[in-house]
Amino acid sequence: MDFLNSLKDQLSTAYELLAAGWGSQLLWGIGWTLAVTVVSMMIGAMLGSLVAAAKLSHRGGLRFIGESYTTVFRGEPELLVIYLFYYGGTQILTGVARSTGSIGSTDILNMPSFLGGVLAVGIISGAYQAEVFRGSFLAIHRGELEAARAYGMSAWLRFRLVIMPQVLRLAVPGLGNVWQLTIKDSALISVTGVAELMLTANKAARSTHHSLLFYTVAGILYLVMTSISTPIFDKAERYTSRSFLRPK
Amino acid sequence: MDYNFYLSTMWSVLKALPLTLEIWFFGIAFGLVIATGLTWLRASGSKFGEYFTRAYVFVFRGSPLLVQLYLVYFGLSQFDFVRHSPILWPILRDPMYCTIVAMALNTAAYESEIFRGALRAVPVGQIEAAKAFGMSAFTRFRIVALPIALRLALPAYSTEIILMTKATALASVVTIMEMMGTAQKIQHDTFRPIEVLTCAGVIYLLLNLSIARLFAWVEYLLSPHLRPPPEQSQQIKPVPEVL
Repeated sequence: MDFLNSLKDQLSTAYELLAAGWGSQLLWGIGWTLAVTVVSMMIGAMLGSLVAAAKLSHRGGLRFIGESYTTVFRGEPELLVIYLFYYGGTQILTGVARSTGSIGSTDILNMPSFLGGVLAVGIISGAYQAEVFRGSFLAIHRGELEAARAYGMSAWLRFRLVIMPQVLRLAVPGLGNVWQLTIKDSALISVTGVAELMLTANKAARSTHHSLLFYTVAGILYLVMTSISTPIFDKAERYTSRSFLRPK
Repeated sequence: MDYNFYLSTMWSVLKALPLTLEIWFFGIAFGLVIATGLTWLRASGSKFGEYFTRAYVFVFRGSPLLVQLYLVYFGLSQFDFVRHSPILWPILRDPMYCTIVAMALNTAAYESEIFRGALRAVPVGQIEAAKAFGMSAFTRFRIVALPIALRLALPAYSTEIILMTKATALASVVTIMEMMGTAQKIQHDTFRPIEVLTCAGVIYLLLNLSIARLFAWVEYLLSPHLRPPPEQSQQIKPVPEVL
């Protein structure tokens, strides 16, 4: 009975705290987390396709650049990359602004935290997406590329009509994995001060001293986000490969 | 270029390498123990085992490690019984142990899935052959299923180990002065983040590359059946015309 009563107390405090404004703050946090993840995925998709093309190139120099990019950004701790873009960006911006005289010689021009965080997470995501795109390209049947060449298609036409549609279809499951990774990496940019879910939970935990409650709620919200993504990507996979499904 | 600054930064960060390796090693070791337990529970065929491991994997793979670390470090100390326990409290009040606990719990979820996949990938014919030889279940596991599964699990396991190396950097957010924490301190003292973080980045990269090489070497050692026989690789040299 004692245990049940204390659980009831806990739940009512939880309800009061969430209703007192922390609940809506956490919902805003989810919004920011999703915004960071979506923008990072887009940056990552652009960089990732370029890097995948570089890694598949016949030129040794381009291949080397692509290899180095994926090795470095998959091998470094995410936190380090985020610090590098946020504090490093601040260092560069401050240096430029001081030398042009737009701020005083002791002032600091901070990197916008959203921009720094999104660039860092996007570049990491790009390294993983590059591998996904490269794998999908290699999975395209060689004969189709040869056939396109035999028809006299230009490189651009081959890319647009033969390569891109198939790479997109084959990349969907891999991109689903990268999306999950990126959601989880987005929690790290709380260290730069973007008011996403992790930072909001942090603030709430520090100011109310209910860390167990708020970190549990944050954990559950991340679980909800990652588990909602799974059926969405399954659906996308079924949709993009509908002409390849075996009849039941 | 200020070489002295680079060198002194490198040296200060390197001095924190043992601490990073300590977190890394114990996180992986305890993670392996938990993962073995989970795999066994999942393979045992009991309904409870299956639901429990499914839920465990879902929770620990679905949320960021940072949330798990904060829950262990800040969250668990809210329970009175944790603070009054003579065993739990010395562990959970120390940020170092908390990081190790969070990392072990997290990696165990990924590793148990790797091991489960590897066990399922052992060819059925091998198990059947072992049965036909009259081997007991334990012998079958010990000399047939386990060696094959370990070899199959190795590539994915090495990826997980590298993810763990990267995860040790999170210890810096709970005040541990490992490599990342040290780099951050230097960066705040000198306000030269690009140089300092590049130094730390080089060390992390070298660390991860050597771990990857090490695993590639172990993989090579464990797959002699996939290598070409030595006779083929040695070409018969033609007799020189002029002797």
